[in-house]
Amino acid sequence: MTTDTRQQKQFLTFQLAGEAYGVDILKVQEIRGWEPVRVIPNTPYFVKGVLNLRGAVVPIVDLRERFGLESAEYSQKTVVIVLSVKHSAGHFVIGVVADAVSDVLDIDLDDIKKTPNFGTQIDTRYMQGMHVYKQSMIMLLDVDKLLNSDEVESIDGLF
Amino acid sequence: MSIDMSQFHQVFFEECFEGLEAMESGLLTLDVGDVDSEVINTIFRAAHSIKGGSGTFGFTVVAEYTHIMETLLDEMRDGRRQVTQPAVNVLLGSVDCLREMLASIQNEQDVDEVSVAQHKAALEAVLNGVVSEVVVPVAAPKVINEAPKVQVAAAEVTVQEDDDAGEQGWKISFCPYLDLLKTGNDPVRLFRELNELGELTATVNAQDVPKFYELDPEECNLSWDLKLVGNVSSDEIKEIFSWVEGDCELEIQPIAKPKVIKPAPVVEAVQADIEIDEPAQIVAAEPEIIAKPVIDTKKDPEADASKTAVKASSSIRVDTEKIDALINMVGEVVITQSMLGLVGENFTMDKVGQLKRGLAQLERHTRDLQQSVMNIRMLPISFVFSRFPRLVHDISSKLNKKITLKLVGENTEVDKAVVELINDPLVHLIRNSLDHGIEMPEERIAAGKPETGTIELKAYHRGGHIVIEIIDDGRGLNKDKLLAKALEKGLIDENIQLTEKQIYELIFMPGFSTAEQLTDISGRGVGMDVVRRNIQSLGGNIEIISELGKGTTIAIHLPLTLAILDGQSVAVGDEIYIVPLVSIVESINITEKMLNKVAGKGETFRLRGEYLPIIRMRGIFNVQSINKPKSTEGVIVVVEGQGALCGFLVDELLGQQQVVIKSLEANYRRVEGVSGATILGDGSVALILDVPGLVRLSVR
Repeated sequence: MTTDTRQQKQFLTFQLAGEAYGVDILKVQEIRGWEPVRVIPNTPYFVKGVLNLRGAVVPIVDLRERFGLESAEYSQKTVVIVLSVKHSAGHFVIGVVADAVSDVLDIDLDDIKKTPNFGTQIDTRYMQGMHVYKQSMIMLLDVDKLLNSDEVESIDGLF
Repeated sequence: MSIDMSQFHQVFFEECFEGLEAMESGLLTLDVGDVDSEVINTIFRAAHSIKGGSGTFGFTVVAEYTHIMETLLDEMRDGRRQVTQPAVNVLLGSVDCLREMLASIQNEQDVDEVSVAQHKAALEAVLNGVVSEVVVPVAAPKVINEAPKVQVAAAEVTVQEDDDAGEQGWKISFCPYLDLLKTGNDPVRLFRELNELGELTATVNAQDVPKFYELDPEECNLSWDLKLVGNVSSDEIKEIFSWVEGDCELEIQPIAKPKVIKPAPVVEAVQADIEIDEPAQIVAAEPEIIAKPVIDTKKDPEADASKTAVKASSSIRVDTEKIDALINMVGEVVITQSMLGLVGENFTMDKVGQLKRGLAQLERHTRDLQQSVMNIRMLPISFVFSRFPRLVHDISSKLNKKITLKLVGENTEVDKAVVELINDPLVHLIRNSLDHGIEMPEERIAAGKPETGTIELKAYHRGGHIVIEIIDDGRGLNKDKLLAKALEKGLIDENIQLTEKQIYELIFMPGFSTAEQLTDISGRGVGMDVVRRNIQSLGGNIEIISELGKGTTIAIHLPLTLAILDGQSVAVGDEIYIVPLVSIVESINITEKMLNKVAGKGETFRLRGEYLPIIRMRGIFNVQSINKPKSTEGVIVVVEGQGALCGFLVDELLGQQQVVIKSLEANYRRVEGVSGATILGDGSVALILDVPGLVRLSVR
């Protein structure tokens, strides 16, 4: 433990279409390899299906598709990050598909830059902030906002 | 010294409700005139423990109320008081009132003081013996007119002074008897409480205090004149003094006599979803007091149930025997597991037989274990049935009908979730039988039947189902009348020929009621469709057998548990779905050519002369099939949903199995056409189809 007075938080970083993203590690329940899922009918395109996670039925969301990035073939390196998401009615468990996990970083909260305003082009509501690490930029995601089922619901309504 | 009492609240409430049930059934078996002291003792004990418990937990309203009941019961027990039918009715009303009080305390809502005060007044009236013919407003509100004592009490309690009537308040003369302190009451505490209600000025009269050497410190020689200023109702004051009632002389007088009294907004206090049964007119005793209708706030049991269901208790009482069996089973599993571990440690091929035996044993134990765990959730159906004697008692006296209720198979066990959800539909069906089924006594005698009608409530197991039957020997359903009514309401087409069964099914249609006269018990034309929907949502079905003039039997079939379901797995493209076995009628192998297009869109299949609408599972769920090409052959699974037959076109049938239902909503949300998910033997997830939902989906 560091005796540093500055507040630190650990983030799990992962790759998505060549970009680095990070999530609060306390939200991460486990990381597992990709395996085929059961498709749920009549759901938004980015919800790939559901998976049996030791008896719990857990939905799997493809983050590439969620962010409107080009979708990729699932390979040996594809991972599913299982997250515990806070919700108005409690917690629920959801898996997100990412290209690969990279690292666990200790980030000072002071070092997290506010997300610049991209105007209406890019929705920054799901961003907790940005962090520059070794010349590259990591986008830190706010898991609770990103994967809230209300959010999934409203997106569903748009399409 | 602060123990968190709230942890015991749940237990207390459960005990109270149990006690109330005991009191209720005791009161119902109480024969007027010829009194079994054991029954009264049981009722008394229940009342006493509720009083004790509520006192401990600080629910003074309940404690005070039960105290009055207890006094009355005590006199009955000692034979000092005759057990009369009015008294029993008042006590039954009090049981209801207590139940409501406890429910609102449990749900952290405000106690409905008006109704409490009404019941209390009735109870006190019986206790004082002044009124011989008091009937609780709940039972028969019209009788109140003959009981002026009660009216005054009720009216007084709900009096509210006009806001601008000048200085408001009460003059209280409080003169305790000498032994007040010995009963554990401290006047200072009373004053402190009074002070919370308004501005209190206390003047002490110390002239009765004896000389110091004659003074007994345990005696109370003081009396007080109190002046309480503020908008306080007299019952609030009485409530505070109720603990010292009988230990003091008490006089409560308003300072300024209220000139104008506006009707208390009793009606507004009644929540919108509560059905108001009957307004009971209350005649004012004093001319200044404007008579105002006190609305009987006896809630409709359905509205009541839905309200309490929000915070339904999640605990369950389990027979220790069942737990012992479970522990025993777990022990067996552990032994088998260690045996298998031993086999596996130095495994050679000659141990295959041993391994197989071990696995077979493990399988058997697991199945037993599953069964005993399910058993824990099983409750006898008497949990539901026990409420009905009271319902029948109340309604039959209201309708002036003579009806006996027979309960058969009360010990039939069924899943807790089913028990909770079956109550409302059953209440509705029994009310229907009481109101429409059983005729008036004269009518019965004229028809050559015994004067007293019988309703039989029967529960038994059949296959993996529980069957609940409501059998009455009333007038039965009149087919011609049903048909005429349906035609009149435009619910059916004139040219359609209906089978007998289909005609009876008509009563499940929304907006259908044959009662010539609407009563407050039934006949509003809502309900039967809700009953059927509720039962279907439990995975069950309901059918009617009736004979004109002889009676009606309504049979409800329900699955024993909601956690496990018998399913047929079907393959559609790369996907596997589970169709609940209860809804499957049959399955037929077909080829594409056997399907007929209707208007180029819908598809039908001719099944024994009838046309069956077909739902293509691939289409409705937009199933991708990469591994399996679309074939021209398939299977039609004929299912019954929404009262009509319908065919699901799937690729093939896989097998029947019991599946454990997992919620999709826990981590995701409701998906249309899917009632849940399950995990197959290979660890993959399969979705369970919601048959009525799919039929709805396909219509759109």
